[in-house]
Amino acid sequence: MALAVNDLKVWYRTLRGDVKALDGVTFEVADGEIMGIAGESGCGKTTLGKALIRLDTRMQHVGGTVVLDETELPLSDDGAMRRHRYREVSLIPQYAMSAMNPTRKIGRMIRDLLAAHNVRYTDVLPELERRLELVGLDAEVLKRYPIELSGGMKQRVVLVLSTLLNPSLLIGDEVTSALDVSSQKAVARALVEFRDHGFVKSMIVITHDISVLFQVADTILVMYAGHLAEKAPAKTIINQPLHPYTKMLIGALPKVGDRYEEQQLEGIEGRPPSLLEPPAGCRFRDRCPLAHDKCAEAPPFKEVAEGHHVACWAVS
Amino acid sequence: MLTLTQLDKVYKTGTFGTSDLHAVRQVSLDVQRGEVVSLIGESGSGKSTIGKMVLHLLDSTGGTITFDGRDVTKLGFRARRDYYRKVQGVFQDPFSSFNPIFKVDRTFETLRQSYFPKVSGSEWRSRLDDALAAVTLEPDDILGKFPHQLSGGQLQRLLIARALLLDIELLVADEIISMLDASTRIDVLNLLGELKARGLGILFVTHDLSLGNYVSDRVVILYKGRIVERGDTTAVFDDPLHPYTRDLLASVPHLDRTWEEVEAEEAGRAARLAGRCLYHEAVAAQGRSLGEEAASAEGSGSGEVPDGVGLVEYAPGHFVGCFRKAAEEPCPAGS
Repeated sequence: MALAVNDLKVWYRTLRGDVKALDGVTFEVADGEIMGIAGESGCGKTTLGKALIRLDTRMQHVGGTVVLDETELPLSDDGAMRRHRYREVSLIPQYAMSAMNPTRKIGRMIRDLLAAHNVRYTDVLPELERRLELVGLDAEVLKRYPIELSGGMKQRVVLVLSTLLNPSLLIGDEVTSALDVSSQKAVARALVEFRDHGFVKSMIVITHDISVLFQVADTILVMYAGHLAEKAPAKTIINQPLHPYTKMLIGALPKVGDRYEEQQLEGIEGRPPSLLEPPAGCRFRDRCPLAHDKCAEAPPFKEVAEGHHVACWAVS
Repeated sequence: MLTLTQLDKVYKTGTFGTSDLHAVRQVSLDVQRGEVVSLIGESGSGKSTIGKMVLHLLDSTGGTITFDGRDVTKLGFRARRDYYRKVQGVFQDPFSSFNPIFKVDRTFETLRQSYFPKVSGSEWRSRLDDALAAVTLEPDDILGKFPHQLSGGQLQRLLIARALLLDIELLVADEIISMLDASTRIDVLNLLGELKARGLGILFVTHDLSLGNYVSDRVVILYKGRIVERGDTTAVFDDPLHPYTRDLLASVPHLDRTWEEVEAEEAGRAARLAGRCLYHEAVAAQGRSLGEEAASAEGSGSGEVPDGVGLVEYAPGHFVGCFRKAAEEPCPAGS
């Protein structure tokens, strides 16, 4: 398997104490798998994506291991991680397309990026142009400034440049958000194509939009308040979810064709708990219709069927 | 209730305002009481511009906006205040709609000072409680808090409660749920449904088709400032006619169908409509008597509507415009 994360804990240091944004997550991503991570804001999905590549100064690696292609990643050693970044693990952060240098032409910006990783621009240029063409962009874009491209085009440029060295793992954080539906589809399609061509071995796609994950991901991991709730093949998550949170989340999404008059959907009452001092046990307990005494103890993330993991006492 | 007739908006762009950006072209639509009308379009389609013109935050370049028969595009300061008693807007980002330095109560207090200076304290408090109850918020949970202590969904509902205090008749909801989490989104949508049942007219601006479909009675599809298709929600979603609407519907990520399945279905429809333009066919078949919109666009000579902005009624309550995409492109039927 490409990636194995074992009991990973990443906390944020604040003046009021530790925010337990990622509190013991264990999962695996197979070769060639596109895994989607879904969840509400503040559930730790972005923290998980960032933890796999670089911990910023507030983030603290409290425990757990990450193994990529049989090598353990030295998460807390910033210097040692440098060798893995971009070559083996690549990240498209949130709003990456807006973070392009506005004063540099795109070709120049890519040249700078490659130089920082000791790669010669001219060596990879033919491959770069080939890949731009693959995502439907002309090689001309290298001579343009970011402001001259549309959001969808910029996002595709970002996708190409972040996978130029064929990393084992690509983490895409909200890569399809803030795009129009037609560009969203083009970018999502490009993600799948890059996996199919072997440019990236496996992928983690983080988004709050579950319907996009249903279109591109092989498996979906649902997170809730720093814990994992459920992981299963995409179709299973949408059609036969087991965890009460997943069920309610899917139930709150209107499908094209659902009408208010005919069938009223329901949201989820309440808010996720504060992660500053999260309650012991299952963190969804306060909002869960199935909650009972046993939920005071944290449920294990158990495999209930082939490839279907759930953390809920009522199910496993 | 609200009627837009051939509304136009041209922005001046460029260094010295030398070039024009035609953001809204000849848009005609109406919103009745107890009805949700969705304006759907991608970024740059002019949907927010229309919402802002209705709210009088932007001046229109041409055309009229009438509210209960009164033209509101040229209201004076005093008349505008009366207009705002009936028409209010809620916008996308709830966090930037509140001043983070003050408690949320201040929003209601300023409203009281400007519009209800004579209402007594206890009377006001009971009105406030009613408005909060209408948006399913508990006053004790909300009042006396700062914006950062509340969730996006709560703040968005507070803004709607603020609009309700004015006893409004029309609400312009501009992307009010796109910043909310999936689990709270639906609560705000259901609230719009309840307000509709109470007789409010809602102009719902969105880019998300599944959300537009859920609450709205009628939809208006915009592309580059032009209405390409409009009609009853079910008619437009079940049988999209305009190439742009069909593209849009085929690009929406569904939860029950993959893109491949949707595309296969769309391919059949595309083959049926290829090289045709229902608008020009209808114009050719029936001359000029094509319902209000085509008639109003008359007078440009050879049956050609200026900028190709007219609509024809293809089926009862289902209007479609010329099959060209942008107004500058030629019609696919070549007429």
